[in-house]
Parts: sequence; C-alpha cells; structure tokens
Amino acid sequence: MAQYTCIVCPNSCLITVEEGENGLKITGNQCKRGEAFAKSEHEHPLRMFTSTVKIEGARLPRLSVVTSGEIPKEKLFECQKALNHVVAHAPVSCGDVLVKDFCHTGVDLLASRSMK
Amino acid sequence: MKNISVDIAVIGGGPAGLAAALEAKEQGAGRVLLLERDGDLGGILQQCIHDGFGLHRFGARLSGTEYAQRYADMVRATDIEIKLDTMVIELTKDRVIYAMNPTDGMMRIECGAVVLAMGCRERTASQVFLYGFRPAGVLTAGSVQRYINMEGYLPGKTAVILGSGDIGLIMARRMTLEGITVKGVYEAAPHLGGLMRNKVQCLDDYNIPLHVGMSVVRVHGKKRVEGVTVAKVGPDFRAIPGTEEFIPCDLLVLAVGLIPENELSRGAQVEMDNKTRGPVLDNNFMTSVPGIFAAGNVAVVFDLVDYVSASGAAAARGAVRFLKGELGGACEYRPVTAGENVNFVVPQRVRTDAEGPTSFYLRVRQPLKKVRLVCEEEGKEIASVRATHAAPPEMMSFEAKLSGGALTVSVTEV
Repeated sequence: MAQYTCIVCPNSCLITVEEGENGLKITGNQCKRGEAFAKSEHEHPLRMFTSTVKIEGARLPRLSVVTSGEIPKEKLFECQKALNHVVAHAPVSCGDVLVKDFCHTGVDLLASRSMK
Repeated sequence: MKNISVDIAVIGGGPAGLAAALEAKEQGAGRVLLLERDGDLGGILQQCIHDGFGLHRFGARLSGTEYAQRYADMVRATDIEIKLDTMVIELTKDRVIYAMNPTDGMMRIECGAVVLAMGCRERTASQVFLYGFRPAGVLTAGSVQRYINMEGYLPGKTAVILGSGDIGLIMARRMTLEGITVKGVYEAAPHLGGLMRNKVQCLDDYNIPLHVGMSVVRVHGKKRVEGVTVAKVGPDFRAIPGTEEFIPCDLLVLAVGLIPENELSRGAQVEMDNKTRGPVLDNNFMTSVPGIFAAGNVAVVFDLVDYVSASGAAAARGAVRFLKGELGGACEYRPVTAGENVNFVVPQRVRTDAEGPTSFYLRVRQPLKKVRLVCEEEGKEIASVRATHAAPPEMMSFEAKLSGGALTVSVTEV
C-alpha cells in the first residue's frame, strides 16, 4: 500500500494505491485525473520540466523554457544539466522547438515566451 | 511636457492590466493606453516560468510566461497603445496621470477612466522584524526569482527560506534545480502556508525539509550573510529560549507575504480597505473616486492568475460603462458583509442600481471541510456554491445576479 498527495489541482487529495490480484486499487481521489495521477505516480512518476536557457541578441540574457509534455521525475537534474549546452538566438517565438526529443525523453524543449 | 488625452488608461501591464486593456477594447472603447514600468509586458508572470497557470481561463496547464504571452499577443493584435519603461508618478482624483519615460519625457495624460493594475510588492526583512546589519544575501523570493529566471544570476550557494507560502515552495525547487543547496524552509505558523501539492512537488521531490513553528531570529554576517539563527516560536511568534540553532548559509530568502502597491491610489484619495489593503470596490470594480477602477493584486492579493484576469476584464467593463455615462450621478451603496467564517469579500459594496451577474472573491478565516458558500441579498439566497474544503490560502469565487440590495456571504460546514 502506498499513499500519494495528488498534484493535479489545489484540492491536493491524499490517494491510496493498493496492489491487488486484479491490478491497482485506487481510493481517496475525487476525480479521474487523480486516478491517472496516482497510477502514474505509483508506476513511474512524471513531472513537467521548466527552466531557462541562455539567449543571445535579446533584451534579457535568459529565455524561459518548458517541455512539451511530462518527463520521468528522475531525469529532472539530467535535463537541467543538458540546458548548459543550449543557446537560443533572438528572435524567438513562444512555442518554438529548441531541442527535439530532449534528453531522449520523447518530448521537445520549447521556448515558453517570445523574445525579440 | 507632452499632453495626451485618452479614453481609458490602464496602469500596469501585468495579467490584470493586459486583461483590462483587452476587454476595454473589445467593449468598444476608443483610445486605450497601457502604461508599464518594466521593459516588457507580463508583469510578475515574466519570472513565473513554472507551470500550472491558466486551467480556468484557457483550459490548459501553462507556464506563467506562456499565459502572459497569450495575453500580450492578443493585446498587441489590437490598436491598444502600449508605453513600456514608463513610470507613473502621480494620479489625481480628476483622472490626470503624470508619467515619464526616456522617449516621451514627462507626460500629462487626461483620462476618461483609469484602471489601476499595479499589482503588489513583497514584505521585506524589516516588516518581519529582522533587524541589525544589512549584509548582502538577504533577498525576497521574488527578487531571487527575477535574478535567476530573467537576469541570469545565482544570488547564493547555500540558502535558507523563511516562509512556506507557494512562492517560497516554488523557489525552493527552482534554486535546487539551479544548483543552490536549500537547507530548509522555515515557517513561523504551526502549519504549511501554501498548497499541499506544492509541498509535494517542490519540497518532497527534492528532499528539502520543512520546519513549521520555527522562524529566523537572527542574521549573521556584516558584508555578506554567513548564516542565520533559527528557533522554535510560540503562539505569539516569539522565539522560545534554548531552541536556537545556527545554520551556515550565504542566502536568506524571504517569502513572507505580499502587499498591494497602492501609493498611486492613495495619491488619488481613493478610500482603502484595511483588510485587503486595496481600494474599496463596488460591483463595477470602481473605487470611491468616480472613474477610477482597480483590478488584480492591487485590489486584493489573489492566488490564481485566472481570477486576476477576470477581475481586470470586470474593471474594464465598468470603465466602459462609466465612459458611456451609465455610472454617473449620485449613487447609493449597500454593503457586502463578510458573514460566518469569511475574512473578507471583494467587491466590498454594491450600487443600489446594480443588476446582472457579478463575480465576487473571498477568503475564509480558517480551514473547513465540506463547505457550502451562501450569498444572501436582503436575507434571500441568490447564490450558493459547494466545495470539498476551504482554506485561507485558497481564494473562493462565486457569481451572483444582483438587484441592488445589501449582501451577506457566509461559508459553513455541512
């Protein structure tokens, strides 16, 4: 039996996951998204990755970035380290792909704002 | 000095101001001017690179920067006039703005209506009774966030965070990811200040300890922070002798609350509310000064940007009605009373000629389970909302159809 605090919405439900013969028994969630979160959290926790990279030719030296989907939690620091080798060049539009298949996570690294 | 005349001026280009300018335009206002002191639009969202914004407004989980970008792009697609790097010096009760920037110099701006959207500021060290030397390395969480996320500086190597509100938790994660060692988050209150989900994904994910009922009582170091003394505190928030502990660090991050930034409002003789520290507003989000409206964190500190945008749009609708002469003349107000378990409600009063749907925002006094929010107009129930729980850090919102009577809002466990 394991317990997880859901991070999907502010309700922060405490969800219990029990491994039974018929698969996982999930209780304590108030919605479907909570069930999906608890299943993922139990089997393989995922997180969104947000950070910044160097940008040249812009008003500011940093450009905020986000992954196009969630990544395995244990890869957060590896992803952060990989950003040291990414340099963006202005102009950049919000949503531009900076790195495809970022750190072999299957998701892309995107600019999360526009910069001239 | 340049003389300008506009229909609606919006002071502040953050989420409230962007939504206000956009709505004013959509409601048919002629010349709309947006004044922003930073070099770009977006306000505080420019440094909020983390995700979780826009679930209500856009039905998507966006980063703060993405949310701001969507609004900034919508504003830029209109003929709304934007003045960046522009500091507003003064606002008069006759709706004249004095402002300046490097290209226009000094400006005198006559406005048909004004929307205040200046946002809020962070509480500082002296406001939480941390006195003594002022070494480098004592920073508010927002300053650290701006340094790291926008300007590319790491302001320390080893940090202690005071305050467990959402901003403190978010920065604990952010600093850790950037290689700063976060020794712990200290919270003087006996419970977590922010949302449990933020403790889970910002502290627990990174093994950062949370110490409730403890505070920073002394900062060591003369030129640079060399460490802090923390101690357990009693219910009166005073240190309990014998519980002190020294923690070496070179950065103390203060995440100890926000205060609406109302210097301009006070200058315009706008009546203030001691509870919200923002202007007293009516159902059109108009202040006590005719033609001056307020929205977003300058009115009351919100916790969801979606609500901030909604309040900006509501204030703009009010401003457009004022321009059309619909809010002129003498008017009477009826109070909106904070009833059982309710700390405050915004707007604080309604006009007797009020009609149609209006959104209200409130905070409860203490954590409650399985609640029912009820809004009564002259004793008659006009709106109700059920929720699984209510807590002071989570603002509640409801919509009610008004017909001009006095309102009472209460939240009770059922």
